[in-house]
Amino acid sequence: MEVKKAAMAGTLESSDAQVTVEPGNGKIELSIESSVIHQFGKQIKATILETLNRLDVTDAKVTVVDKGALDCTLKARVECAVYRSNDITENLPWGGVIK
Amino acid sequence: MINAVGREIPEEVLKATGKKVFEGAYAYDNYEYTKAAPTVHAVCDPKRSKMVENIHEALVKCGIKDGMTISFHHHFREGDYIVNMVMEEIHNMGIKGITICASSLGKAHDPIVPMIEDGTIVGIQSSGVRGKIGEAISTGKLRDLAIMRSHGGRVRAIESGEVHIDIAFIGAPTCDEYGNMKANGGKSDCGVLSYAVVDAEYADKVVAITDCLVPFPNVPASISMVHVDYVCVVDAIGNPAKIATGAAKPTTDVRKIMMADYCTQFVINTPYFKEGFSYQTGVGGASIASTISLGKIMEERGIHMGLGLGGITTPMCNLLEKGLVKTLVDTQDFDMGAIESIKKNPNHIEITASEYANPFNKGAYVNKLDFVILASLEVDVNFNCNVVVGSDGMITGAQGGHPDTAAGAKCTIVIAPLLQGRIPAICTNVTTVTTPGETVDVVITDYGIAINPKRQDLIECMKDVKLPFKTIEELRDMAYAMVGEPDPVQFGDRVVGIIEARDGTIIDVVREIKDYEFKD
Repeated sequence: MEVKKAAMAGTLESSDAQVTVEPGNGKIELSIESSVIHQFGKQIKATILETLNRLDVTDAKVTVVDKGALDCTLKARVECAVYRSNDITENLPWGGVIK
Repeated sequence: MINAVGREIPEEVLKATGKKVFEGAYAYDNYEYTKAAPTVHAVCDPKRSKMVENIHEALVKCGIKDGMTISFHHHFREGDYIVNMVMEEIHNMGIKGITICASSLGKAHDPIVPMIEDGTIVGIQSSGVRGKIGEAISTGKLRDLAIMRSHGGRVRAIESGEVHIDIAFIGAPTCDEYGNMKANGGKSDCGVLSYAVVDAEYADKVVAITDCLVPFPNVPASISMVHVDYVCVVDAIGNPAKIATGAAKPTTDVRKIMMADYCTQFVINTPYFKEGFSYQTGVGGASIASTISLGKIMEERGIHMGLGLGGITTPMCNLLEKGLVKTLVDTQDFDMGAIESIKKNPNHIEITASEYANPFNKGAYVNKLDFVILASLEVDVNFNCNVVVGSDGMITGAQGGHPDTAAGAKCTIVIAPLLQGRIPAICTNVTTVTTPGETVDVVITDYGIAINPKRQDLIECMKDVKLPFKTIEELRDMAYAMVGEPDPVQFGDRVVGIIEARDGTIIDVVREIKDYEFKD
């Protein structure tokens, strides 16, 4: 999918993450800030990149402000932000439909 | 060198401190030593007054100079004004190289951080630190190694001469002009002055600071005039609203209530739960809830607590009022209910920190505990606990009486929710060991209860008890299955602090924290 415009999903509540996607400059540009960066930085990065890959997003600026979200939450926030950047707000293929 | 809890203690730290590595919780039983003694000045001329005009005059008369060690107590908790007041004056006088030896430091003392940065303060020895002081130490701003000691360990360090206090500043809710101090009857009551007693006895100079001067004699005194050089009256020694809050409302968090119920069920199924048992609990929501639920069963079965120990909260005082506890023995009051209780109830008594927990006296109260209910930031599969360093590597807590009571009690129970956000409380290795696993018997989480395999006797007596027993490894695996396996914190090489075991050996070190780097 193409990131067509800036879009955001998630909150800054504890155990959530706020994910912002913006049109990129030909590649994935990822910035991660996390309250659990020391313990889970590697896993957060892997989860975000894997989700973007599944959505076939290859060109985007992605900013994650994580407050200790679990992987499932991170995935959902990334998916939601990407869909919003495409104005897709109905009939979302939730629940692992996106391969 | 690897110590008895498997931690690598660098040779240069051992060399710099002259300390040995931790060898086990009871390795120093029957240890022989000669107690230290202060160098004091006699007051035999009755015409000489102990009163000084202000902190500045007290400092001048005490001969404050570069490189001294000064001490404070933490009975005013987050409402304390004394530390900042004294340090500000020392800073104004241009004194450098001060070591602070406090029974604890908190967020109230954030204002001293610039004095760490400019070299006024070069050493900190405390039960723990929170807030900005913790950040300053963890980011390597303190010149000397920070030393974290348990409440009992601090008394030992002072009495054995490991640390020598030049001047002790003791905030006193009431005091007379000759230095008899009491914890109650003033504007800033704190219930007891237990932690400050050793400072009074072992410091060369002792300054009593009060905001309520009362007629002589202020008796019975928590700290006697025989130890006091000067008395200074100030406007306020603390903020009463922050010294003691109202009784915390019993928790409504179902997770904590469930863990409290598990705890109570465990306690009553041990052989130690019988008439006259002794008990200490912390101030966490689950600990308080377990005191309340245990009280109900004591009432039903007509079983009385012989001794309630420790930091005291209102629920313990309520049990005393109901006649379910014979004696409350107190070193610290956490809320207004506890302070009111010690004022009026003759069976609620004040003891010194040495009587409470000093491992090098001839037997402390903690040794007589049947149960202690504790919390922990992290517990590892060897039952080692961490209560000082956050999972992110930042110093953010205090040992308090954790290692003391764990070592003393017949049954040490640690309550910790399996997960705090994404951080697993049960893990393979704690970030920093503060309490050795050999002294921890049971870990209660919301996902199950693990008994230390070295307590086969407890495992045996829980055989028919319907509680969700698991191994500690199973608990860890459940946590990791939900949140993933955490990576160890990326520390720098420099050691910024040491965690002292009760006996003065090094149980672990704290390293400088550095910014996280993604390793591709």
